[in-house]
Amino acid sequence: MNVEIAGENSLIIYFGETTDPLVSAQVQQAAARLEIVMADTLIDMVPSYASLLVIYDQHKTDHYAVRRHIRETLAQLGHAEQQAGQVVTLPVYYSAESGPDLETLAENAKLTVAEVIKIHSEMEYRVYAIGFAPGFAYLGEVDPRIAAARLSTPRLKVPRGAVAIADRQTAVYPAVSPGGWNLIGLCPTRMFNPEADPTMPVQVGDRVRFSPIERAEFLALGGEL
Amino acid sequence: MSGFLVKQPGLLTLIQDAGRYGQHRIGLTTGGPLDGEAFKWANRLCGNELDATGLEVSIGGLVLEAQVDTALAVTGADMPFKINGQDVARWCTHKVNAGDKIELGFATSGSRAYLTVAGGFNVDQSFSSTATVTREAVGGLSGDKLKQGDLLPCQAHRPTALWALPESEQPDYNSDVTLRVILGYQHQTFDSVQQRLFFSSEYALSSRADRMGFRLEGQPVKSQLNGILSEGICHGAIQIPADGQPIVLLNDRQTIGGYPKIGSVISRDTAQLSQRMPGAKIRFEEISLEKAHNINCLAQRRFINTSLQQIA
Repeated sequence: MNVEIAGENSLIIYFGETTDPLVSAQVQQAAARLEIVMADTLIDMVPSYASLLVIYDQHKTDHYAVRRHIRETLAQLGHAEQQAGQVVTLPVYYSAESGPDLETLAENAKLTVAEVIKIHSEMEYRVYAIGFAPGFAYLGEVDPRIAAARLSTPRLKVPRGAVAIADRQTAVYPAVSPGGWNLIGLCPTRMFNPEADPTMPVQVGDRVRFSPIERAEFLALGGEL
Repeated sequence: MSGFLVKQPGLLTLIQDAGRYGQHRIGLTTGGPLDGEAFKWANRLCGNELDATGLEVSIGGLVLEAQVDTALAVTGADMPFKINGQDVARWCTHKVNAGDKIELGFATSGSRAYLTVAGGFNVDQSFSSTATVTREAVGGLSGDKLKQGDLLPCQAHRPTALWALPESEQPDYNSDVTLRVILGYQHQTFDSVQQRLFFSSEYALSSRADRMGFRLEGQPVKSQLNGILSEGICHGAIQIPADGQPIVLLNDRQTIGGYPKIGSVISRDTAQLSQRMPGAKIRFEEISLEKAHNINCLAQRRFINTSLQQIA
């Protein structure tokens, strides 16, 4: 583990250099503890794959004190429990109609569309990070057989709910946005709803399962085509 | 509720408070005024809390009509400022009456002005802040920049005194900028030659500069890494993409990203940077975290110790 300066009021803790569920669990544990220990000297935090950015109030504390909190917190970290966090099931309508890249992805992977759907929906994914846009959860890792490089020309408009793959990551677009990931289906669950409590169905450290649904069920759950 | 009616919204006028904090974990960025210094002065001139809700006017072109009797102040960029067609001074408080027309023309120096009213604008918070981030469609009146016909709600307010910031304390937005940088993040992946090139070269502010980040053009610098595992990005972080041209990330930055970073610019200097127009000359200077802390503490003392002049 390694603590680096990030900026005038922030330090970043590196727990590892790869995507690893155990490292991710440590990030979660450290974030939860530091939030309590630092109390009102903490301004914000950004947990990600293998790092935790800690932003502190430089008029209430300084980087020596924050480093001490970090050192003490890290020393007390037990064996991070990889299985902590809730399991969230997200329904997905996989089809050419809802996932314009599904057939190309299957072709390139030398698989049938049904096999791609089976492989994508059989795996349990971990929420490694949330960012890029409000509610955008980076889920990993997808089976290498269905990993796919980003599109060479990103789409200007990816619909809300689009289920997508980029390399070994998968995600559900929380809102209409530009994007270069491969679209394989649509999820009717809102990933970011400012009016809902909680705003997001998942948080970093949770695990996600995708469950295939038919067109009719997708529409019944409020999905839009 | 009455307040101020937007007759012309200008190019980019945003409702802002001090920013949105504690929401990075759901992917929300900070928002808030790009020039936090000018924003704080505007609120202080109106006798407000320093994080009260005001307007950030980029480039200019704003016309408002008062529907209440109150006081207001404009700080930041030099935009021709008129009340009922009469030129009036920035960096001081003015009484306005219902029916008055308030105009901010196009900036002649600097690029962001801050307009605040006594008591601040009464805008509902979203995610604990009123700061507008258009990319996220969060904050402000509807997550968007001001539009013609919008009503900016505020209370009537009878000012007991009017104030001005002494001219000696008013910033100059025409000088070349030296951005003070604390080395951090992946700085060790920029070898000593690359670091020397970075700190000894002059860059120009490109036209690709918005509230997310300001791109600079000049001597390319290279990290030994092409990309990194996505990680949290703090305010002022200097990201170096594959083309080697630095990007200083600002208030509306994405919360995580995967480009190598050499360090971060202190916020006093990003405030100055945000007042510059494309083509402005920019240099970087390395400072320690301790020095940055001293600079910020001294600036805070100076802000508190500077007395406003009573003008009425």
